[in-house]
Amino acid sequence: MYRVGAKPYPTKIMQEKLYELISRGERLDGRKPHEYRPLEIQTAIIEKAEGSAAVTLGGTKIIAGVKTSLGSPYPDTPNQANIVVSAELLPLASSFFEPGPPDEKAIELARVVDRCIRESKMLDLEKLVYIPGRSVLVIYIDVYVLDYDGNYFDPSVLAAVAALATCKIPQYESRNGEVVAVPDSFTSLPIRRLPVSVTVGFLRDKMVVDPTALEESAIDTSLVMGWSDENEVAAIQKNLPGIMQLSLINELLRVSREKSIELRTKMMSTVGRIGMV
Amino acid sequence: MEKSESKLITEGGRRIDGRALDEMRPLRIEAGVLDKSDGSAYIEMGKTKIYAAVYGPREAHPRHLAQPHKAILNCRYHMASFSVEQRKAPGMTRREVELSKVIREALESVVLLEEFPRSAIDIFIEVIQADAGTRTAGLDAAAVALADAGIPMLDLCSAVAVGKVEGRIVLDPSEEEDKRGEADMPVGMAPRLGSIVLLQLNGRLSSEEFLEALELARKGINIIYELQRKALSKRFSSVVSSQEE
Repeated sequence: MYRVGAKPYPTKIMQEKLYELISRGERLDGRKPHEYRPLEIQTAIIEKAEGSAAVTLGGTKIIAGVKTSLGSPYPDTPNQANIVVSAELLPLASSFFEPGPPDEKAIELARVVDRCIRESKMLDLEKLVYIPGRSVLVIYIDVYVLDYDGNYFDPSVLAAVAALATCKIPQYESRNGEVVAVPDSFTSLPIRRLPVSVTVGFLRDKMVVDPTALEESAIDTSLVMGWSDENEVAAIQKNLPGIMQLSLINELLRVSREKSIELRTKMMSTVGRIGMV
Repeated sequence: MEKSESKLITEGGRRIDGRALDEMRPLRIEAGVLDKSDGSAYIEMGKTKIYAAVYGPREAHPRHLAQPHKAILNCRYHMASFSVEQRKAPGMTRREVELSKVIREALESVVLLEEFPRSAIDIFIEVIQADAGTRTAGLDAAAVALADAGIPMLDLCSAVAVGKVEGRIVLDPSEEEDKRGEADMPVGMAPRLGSIVLLQLNGRLSSEEFLEALELARKGINIIYELQRKALSKRFSSVVSSQEE
C-alpha cells in the first residue's frame, strides 16, 4: 500500500481521485461517504486494570485502560473526583509514530478524549468523594493507539468510555476520618451517559466520515464532534490544517448526529447499561 | 459549590461587565510593534494582552524538517508566568502544546506555503495577560503579524470565542463567564473565503445553540477582520508618511 505522507505529489492526485469517488457516492475502500468501517468493541481484556477495552475500527486499533487510586481533589473542585487522561501514539502503530514523550498529536488526542468525558458529564464525579476536600477517587484513563489507519479519535473515545462503563472499583468507606477499602467488595462507576465522538473529513464541498490514513492525507481538513447524547454536542476539535466551508455546517450536524447514535447503539450492545445512574 | 454567586446575566439582558449579549470587549490591534522580528502585532481584548511575532521565511532547522515543496510553519503559543492569577510554571503545558497546534493549523490554511520551498516560518505568540479568549486573540494577532511580515496569504484569520452563560449564547466571554458558564467555543474563520479555520468546543450545546453560536461568532469575526485590516493599513500608511516628511 502507498505510504501516507511520504511524498506530496501523490497526495494531490489522490485528492482528485477521492473527490471524484465521493461525488459518485463511493470511496477507495468501497465504503459509502457516510459509512463507518467495521467496529468491534471488547471490554475487560486486561485483568489487572479496573476497566479496559479494545476497539477495532477497520485498520485502527486502540486499547484503553482505567486505573484508580485514592488522592486529594484539585483545590478548585474539592467535591469532585479527579480524571486524568493521557494518550500515546505507540511506535508499533505506524511508521510515522516515534518513541518518546507524547508529541502534540498525542497530547491533542488525550485532551479531546478528556473533553468528551468531562464536558459530557459522563461520570457523576461528586459520588466519588469520600472526605470532601481531602479524599476522592483519582481515575487514570490511558489510551494507546496500537495500530493506525486513520481516525484515532473515535475509537479512542469509544475505548475510554467502554472501559469506564465496565470499570469495577473497590468499595471505599470513610471510618473515623480514614478512607478504607471494604474487603472483597467492588462497585461500578456512577455513569450518567455514554458520550461518543464522530470524525468527519472535508474535501471541498464533500464530506466523508471516519477517514482512513490515506484519506486523511488527501482531505482538506477534519473535525471531531463529541456527542454527550442524541441532541447535545459536548466537544469539538478541528484537528487538521485546512479550510472547512461554512455552507457544510447543517449537513455536518445532521450526519454527525446520525452517526453518533449509530456508534452509541453499538457501544450499548457491548457494555449494556451496567452502572448507569 | 456556592449557590449564592451573583447572576452573570441581569433581567435586562446585560452581562456582569455591562455588555450586551452580542457585544465584544474593547478591542485594540496594532501592527509592527516589535523591532527585530520580520512582522509583529499586539492585541488587547479587554484585559487579554498578547504579542505575536513572525520570523521568516528563513532556513528550516533542523534541516531534515524542511519540505521540498513548501515552507514549514512553526507556532508557539505561550503564556507568561505572570499572565494568570496563580503563577504558571514557565515551561509549555499540555494546554499550550495543543493550542499551538490548532493555531498553527488555522494559519496553515491561509498562508501560501508553496511560495517558499525548503524554508520555515516561525510564529511566536506570547500571552502577557490572560483573561479568556487568548487562543482566538492570539490567532488574530498572529495573522496580522504574518501580513506585517509580508508573507502572502489567501486571507487573514479572524477569531473570537462564543459561550453559553446561564442558558444564553454570548459573544467573547470574559474569564468569569468562561469559568462559570456552560460552554466555550472558540471559532476562527477566513472571512473572505467564508470558511472555518479553527473550531473547538468545551461544554454542552444543542444543535440549535451551536448554529446560533456560530452565527454570533461570525458577527464578532467581521468586526475583528475590519480592525485587523485597519491596523495593517495604518502600519503601512505610517511608513509612507514618515518617508514623505
